Amino acid sequence: MAKSPETEHPQKAFGWAARDSSGVLSPFNFSRRENGDEDVTIKIHFCGICHSDLHAIKNEWGFAHYPMVPGHEIVGIVMKSGKNVEKFREGDRVGVGVMVGSCMSCDYCNQDLENYCPKMIFTYNSVYHDGTANYGGYSDMIVVDQHFVVRFPDTMPFDAGAPLLCAGVTVYSPMKYYGMTEPGKHLGIVGLGGLGHVAVKIAKAFGLKVTVISHSPGKETEAVDRLGADGFLVSSDPLKIKAAFGSMDYIIDTVSSVHALTPLLALLKPNGKLITLGLPDKPLELPMFPLVLGRKLVGGSDIGGMKETQEMLDFCAKHSITADVEVISMDQVNVAMARLAKSDVRYRFVIDVANSLSK
Amino acid sequence: MVANQPEKENPVPAFGLAARDQSGVLSPFNFSRRATGEKDVKFKVIYCGICHSDLHMIKNEWGTSTYPLVPGHEIVGEVTEVGSQVEKFKVGDRVGVGCIVGSCRSCDNCSNSIENYCPKMILTYAGTYHDGTVTYGGYSDVMVCDEHFVVRVPDALPLDAAAPLLCAGITLYSPLRYYGLDKPGIHLGIVGLGGLGHVGVKFAKAMGAKVTVISTSPAKKQEAIERHGADSFLVSRDQEQMKAAMGTLDGIIDTVSAVHPIMPLIGLLKTHGKLVLVGAPEKPLELPVFPLLMGRKIVGGSCIGGMKETQEMLDFAAKHNITADIEVISADYVNTAMQRLEKGDVKYRFVIDVAKTMQA
Repeated sequence: MAKSPETEHPQKAFGWAARDSSGVLSPFNFSRRENGDEDVTIKIHFCGICHSDLHAIKNEWGFAHYPMVPGHEIVGIVMKSGKNVEKFREGDRVGVGVMVGSCMSCDYCNQDLENYCPKMIFTYNSVYHDGTANYGGYSDMIVVDQHFVVRFPDTMPFDAGAPLLCAGVTVYSPMKYYGMTEPGKHLGIVGLGGLGHVAVKIAKAFGLKVTVISHSPGKETEAVDRLGADGFLVSSDPLKIKAAFGSMDYIIDTVSSVHALTPLLALLKPNGKLITLGLPDKPLELPMFPLVLGRKLVGGSDIGGMKETQEMLDFCAKHSITADVEVISMDQVNVAMARLAKSDVRYRFVIDVANSLSK
Repeated sequence: MVANQPEKENPVPAFGLAARDQSGVLSPFNFSRRATGEKDVKFKVIYCGICHSDLHMIKNEWGTSTYPLVPGHEIVGEVTEVGSQVEKFKVGDRVGVGCIVGSCRSCDNCSNSIENYCPKMILTYAGTYHDGTVTYGGYSDVMVCDEHFVVRVPDALPLDAAAPLLCAGITLYSPLRYYGLDKPGIHLGIVGLGGLGHVGVKFAKAMGAKVTVISTSPAKKQEAIERHGADSFLVSRDQEQMKAAMGTLDGIIDTVSAVHPIMPLIGLLKTHGKLVLVGAPEKPLELPVFPLLMGRKIVGGSCIGGMKETQEMLDFAAKHNITADIEVISADYVNTAMQRLEKGDVKYRFVIDVAKTMQA
């Protein structure tokens, strides 16, 4: 007979889970595996709310399994470390992002690209090597293989640093891979939300000129005065968009709804690159003439490998980069999700798990 | 108002074939070329390839054509005169001109030898030259061109079979280099086995790739493998074949200019794979975003190549004995050739024997 989430494993755990595609989260008793030789058991202090959590709990991508405990921007303190673990000790500040496992033997894993391993295991809404369901960071503790845990820099605040574990690496990785780190080059960032605002900060640290492209005129002051963007374009202002045609070396597109690529491609110089990070639920329309006539390209990117995640955290610590967060208690999570659906957050909710998660 | 008369516009009489209107029918046309300037090279046109773009342009399918239109941008011939400042060429040299005859020569793209991406790039035909006159292409007996936009055709290459390399050749060679798909041992797909595709197979094999041709026509399989040297062949409409080949290709060069689905092509790519389009469908294509992200794949474009690269391509072709497979025709066959080209009935490029058959 199948074991229940509560009895499946020896360590008791408590969190909030969605039960169905309504996405409403509620208290949930479950359990975590025994801390193995390669594992680290972490008491969770904060967990960021990523927009992917919202897509996932509502089954917008069609592969949800319930009950689902979301959360993949997890920071906390090591409580136990397995006998083969050398990197971490009790009391260390650590983080866990979007993955908790991979095959560890394919070409991608061997090149520190665990995120492209065909057997990569997501932190939640997935199945672990032992066949059991994975539950994410909206919970009091988590057990993770040391390979998928990163050290959290001492100088980085826990709450504002948590979102970097997904949002941070998701923008840092393509900036490196697609060569967007040459000082003085011009980067456009589409969408000023969780991903976009972190992208502005990291891009400025790379010495890039940054223009934010957004459908909300109200975000201009924030973008320029507070986040440090050099320019701002309202996507519904055709004259300003046209005036900026052919001015950008690259564009990072963080928008996850279906939207037009034609004006974005026109903003690029010849040989420019448009990198899309959002996951719309339908295909986008891709006009080919601008691609061919200008030798432009559209590329994707998906989080980053473990080595790169650590590198990103260290880079952000060095440049004092964190996310702009609104800290909430766990019982406010459903209200936060409703606000997130309307983009009503500047710019990431972070759940104060340690102080607010009680049975 | 006195309209510019093509015959009187310039001092050097020229004769060619021009389309007069969107019917695209080509007929004899008297016009004139400029006097050989200090930096110009004048040459007798010996052969000119018929590119599919010529067909699109004579019928104004892209909406940019002006008439009368003398097409032709796969032009080879022999130098008859050089301007006083010309250093690279002399009378008697075998030369070629491709898709561009001018650019601004001062922007970043021009300075980096990618004149083909200069915003002021001047096309060999149906363009406007620096002096304000319309450019006329290679379906004509004589060309006058700035030496910067002229390439040497290596002695080892026969002129007729080399002509198509000036557009088809460079159109495939450039993206193979730019997108890093020129490494020995990579597995490359080529979609479409026409003028572009067949030349692409040859270049890719010479660069050491394993090549799979992807086509809608099963009938082309034998040719692809036995004649052009492809390693394998996929029928794109055969779902089982396509499924079995998923995640096997490092790159794909897609030469098809009709609207077609790219999702199955993206599926054929390995993680980090690259789909490069060199044909330009006029309607947008559907781009599925999940596979792009999950596999960090890219979809890019490419358009001909710069002058330095065009010369490099010809020299590479000479070294590896690469020419196009051609059907040489006389000038008076050209309208029939266009009709056959429309139906894909050519193996694999028509080349007009200008020197012997095009006379006023």
